[in-house]
Amino acid sequence: MSITDKLSGRDAPRAPAAIGWRERLQEALPKIVLAPSFAVTLIFVYGFIVWTVYLSFTGSKMFPSYDIVGWQSYQRLWTWTFETDPPSSWYTAVVNMGIFGSLYISICIALGLLIAILLDQKIRGEGILRPIYLYPMALSFIVTGTAWKWFLDPGIGLEQTMHAIGWESFHFDWIKNKDFVIYTVVIAGVWQASGFVMAMFLAGLRGIDGEIMKAAQIDGASTAQLYRRIIIPLLRPVFLSAFIVLAHMAIKSYDLVVALTSGGPGGAAELPSTFMYSYTFSRNQMAVGSASAVIMLMTISAIIVPYLYSELKEKAR
Amino acid sequence: MAFLEMIGLKKRYGNVEILKGIDLTLDKGGFLVLVGPSGCGKSTLLNTIAGLETITDGEIRIDGERVNDLHPSKRDIAMVFQSYALYPNMTVAQNIAFGLEMRGVAKPERDKAVDGVAKMLQIGHLLDRKPSQLSGGQRQRVAMGRALTRNPRVFLFDEPLSNLDAKLRVDMRTEIKRLHQATGATIVYVTHDQIEAMTLATKIAVLKDGEVQQVGTPHEIYNRPANLFVADFMGSPAMNLLKAQVAADAGRTVLRLARGHGGADILLPVPPSVGAGSALSAGQDLILGIRPEAITDKDSADKHSTAIEFVDAYVEVVEPAGSDTFVVTQAGGKEVIARMRSDADVRAGQTIPFAFNLDKAVVFDPATGRRI
Amino acid sequence: MSASASSGTAGGSIVTRVVIYGLLGLFAVIYLAPLFVMLITSFKSLDEIYSGNMLALPRNPSLDAWGKAWGSACVGLTCEGIKGYFWNSIKMVVPAVAISTCLGALNGYVLTKWRFRGHKLVFALMLFSCFIPFQSVLLPMATVLGHFGEIGRQLQDSIGTSLGFGNPTVNLVFVHTIYGLGFTTLFFRNYYEAFPTELVKAAQVDGASFFQIFWRILIPNSTPIIVVTVIYQFTNIWNDFLFGASYASGESMPMTVALNNVVNTSTGVVEYNVNMAAAVIAALPTLLVYVLAGRYFVRGLMAGAVKG
Repeated sequence: MSITDKLSGRDAPRAPAAIGWRERLQEALPKIVLAPSFAVTLIFVYGFIVWTVYLSFTGSKMFPSYDIVGWQSYQRLWTWTFETDPPSSWYTAVVNMGIFGSLYISICIALGLLIAILLDQKIRGEGILRPIYLYPMALSFIVTGTAWKWFLDPGIGLEQTMHAIGWESFHFDWIKNKDFVIYTVVIAGVWQASGFVMAMFLAGLRGIDGEIMKAAQIDGASTAQLYRRIIIPLLRPVFLSAFIVLAHMAIKSYDLVVALTSGGPGGAAELPSTFMYSYTFSRNQMAVGSASAVIMLMTISAIIVPYLYSELKEKAR
Repeated sequence: MAFLEMIGLKKRYGNVEILKGIDLTLDKGGFLVLVGPSGCGKSTLLNTIAGLETITDGEIRIDGERVNDLHPSKRDIAMVFQSYALYPNMTVAQNIAFGLEMRGVAKPERDKAVDGVAKMLQIGHLLDRKPSQLSGGQRQRVAMGRALTRNPRVFLFDEPLSNLDAKLRVDMRTEIKRLHQATGATIVYVTHDQIEAMTLATKIAVLKDGEVQQVGTPHEIYNRPANLFVADFMGSPAMNLLKAQVAADAGRTVLRLARGHGGADILLPVPPSVGAGSALSAGQDLILGIRPEAITDKDSADKHSTAIEFVDAYVEVVEPAGSDTFVVTQAGGKEVIARMRSDADVRAGQTIPFAFNLDKAVVFDPATGRRI
Repeated sequence: MSASASSGTAGGSIVTRVVIYGLLGLFAVIYLAPLFVMLITSFKSLDEIYSGNMLALPRNPSLDAWGKAWGSACVGLTCEGIKGYFWNSIKMVVPAVAISTCLGALNGYVLTKWRFRGHKLVFALMLFSCFIPFQSVLLPMATVLGHFGEIGRQLQDSIGTSLGFGNPTVNLVFVHTIYGLGFTTLFFRNYYEAFPTELVKAAQVDGASFFQIFWRILIPNSTPIIVVTVIYQFTNIWNDFLFGASYASGESMPMTVALNNVVNTSTGVVEYNVNMAAAVIAALPTLLVYVLAGRYFVRGLMAGAVKG
């Protein structure tokens, strides 16, 4: 707190004669050092967001145009949201987002918590197991998609293997089925991220005061009660963090869908992120693409901003 | 002119005033201890002397030179921090020499300075170690060594002993005192520990809420506290502060205290510390301050004292502490702690005579808190 | 995450222990299966893949598919393997990681040790930039990079060098540096927040300047967070697809984009063994980092997720 005030010179009226240009430079130096990064953030993040918002109100098609036409793009998205027969690609994207988002988040959290609790039972070989659950997080979504695409391919992957070992009736063609393709994205996504959620929960479990648990055991709580009544409630902040991280990854996820399904049979695996990309760069509907990007941003902001606000405020105390 | 002067020093953070006009001076070679409870502004005051925090108003002078606007490195001061603040990536020798290096002192000279300091502090064998390999006491020495090499005009110590265990603290306290006597350095020292303040200082300033409560020698602060706060803060166990009332008894003015366990009120003569000029009127409420060591058993009452009063009182608790025995009784509506010989034959539940040495007692006005 | 004491209860019946180990083992198999299948497939011949069992070990392990993936697989229309794209990624990742890490360290230093009025707002704005969907800046950036390209061509014509303007690799370095700054700043800020300010004060009293304090005191004590940041940035930038696909094409594609093209090149028979070898090659750098410095990798993920 201290030196800081000094250099800001915030409440220090100084005799001007005492300060030469060297001192003044030294005082301004921290700000000079920070300025480029901050300026770049302002321009290339916030300036560009404003730019995108602006474009969403124009009639841009193949090239950006800068004539405001109003809410047209949003109106089109709004109409498409309810166009179910045949489903518009925006409708598909929104519904898929709902399915993918809710399953991805809930399964990752459930699985991550389960594995973390299992791992926390004084397991021999934890040092070997833990990295195995977590390594998918180091892979690119493209690699994950490539691997699972092959794994789930009915003609060559799991289904064929099951047939080969004698389970003739085994049938698993979700990746080719437009009603189920989004669930394959969930599978691959969960495989990639659940280990990370496990690591978060494990860190949370290890952070719980051991004496609380001893006290609960002396009070006669069974292991199940201990987890249900004491430990899991204490992990609330981890649930929140995991939710935030997963929700934000779910909304952003683009690579995985592209690599795993290339958009899926007949665009059945569309997500807002792929929708934005195709409308902006290949369907020559730049304004609509921008509008969908704005909607994505607002959705993420609705989740992230309150979270960051409370985190930063808590720290300030 | 004093060597170090603080004149009307103020420090504000926004609307909060941390220092409310501090006036203090220190002569060359003096040892000023700033003492007070946490949040009293003593560390902030030290930081402003160092130049690590700016002041909102007022002036700081070192050797007659106004240093308000000087960067910490230009004030010719050295500082020993509470956490020692040793650079973890450097060896002890590099730590000690860093300040000289930053000032462009050549390597051979630096080495000489480091050797000299290492000898003085007996840390020669540690010079190639990293701070993480040192014990608390060793780190403390290195931190002092870093300050000493620079041979600055003023040394600043910010609670340097508070991270040490009790025994080491006592040793290091002696060490600092010896160092001060040997080098004749000018030192400003911040602590919340009143024993450190008493043992080290040539001059103590007691602070509270950003204001100086009293400045004086350790003897003055201890025996003639300026107000209730200083009386209560300095000394352990704390001074007994008892409600009393001025009364007339057989033609002389006395202090009347309620007895703890029933019976007639205690009547004590007015302590000699109350000046002749201050008229006490009958019925006036007062607070009588008397230190535990001024309340003893009958045999160990101070023979040089001019005003010993014996009071029979009921013994509630006896706490043998080795060198002394603390005895708790009641008077003036409060617990009273008396300090008796360790072999005094006292048991809880007895009623025994307590010897009050009123030479050592002081009287405060309860309304203003000031000593009368 | 280190080996602190488990909070779970020891003991329990033998049955419970067996169930726990069984479940953990099962999960381990499931998590490893895709990587395992990728690896064994890359060593198989195409015939074996089409006729055999996905989970069977290769009968005649060969490196043919690896050689083809590296040197002669078709990416779009050119059939020179993925080696060029692998180097593209390296050329993009190294400068982007270095620049964003250096800037992040300086930013974190200023934001914790040299605070000024408004430092919180600055940090909050930089922090939020970590979370934006990049779709919301994709198009403006494409436009700006287009202008860079024009500047480059004009410079080329007038002074004979484009100074890097319009070069796709330079563009990607630029983009990744900008959108990585939020994270690197966050990492260093949180680390320096806990860094004892008394050390900085002591150095000031010792007469060290702004940059001397940074180089001599902060940086030598920042090894862990530098490792975390470098690994995090390396993984993120290496694995990026969106920016690569949007701003680079043809010969300048980074590895991930090229891999996606290899896999989705649908001419003739799909060469799964080559695809898998290419995928493993693309995954190799980040996997290697994970194996060598997993602890730091996890710390980075956590720091990026749980602020505080």
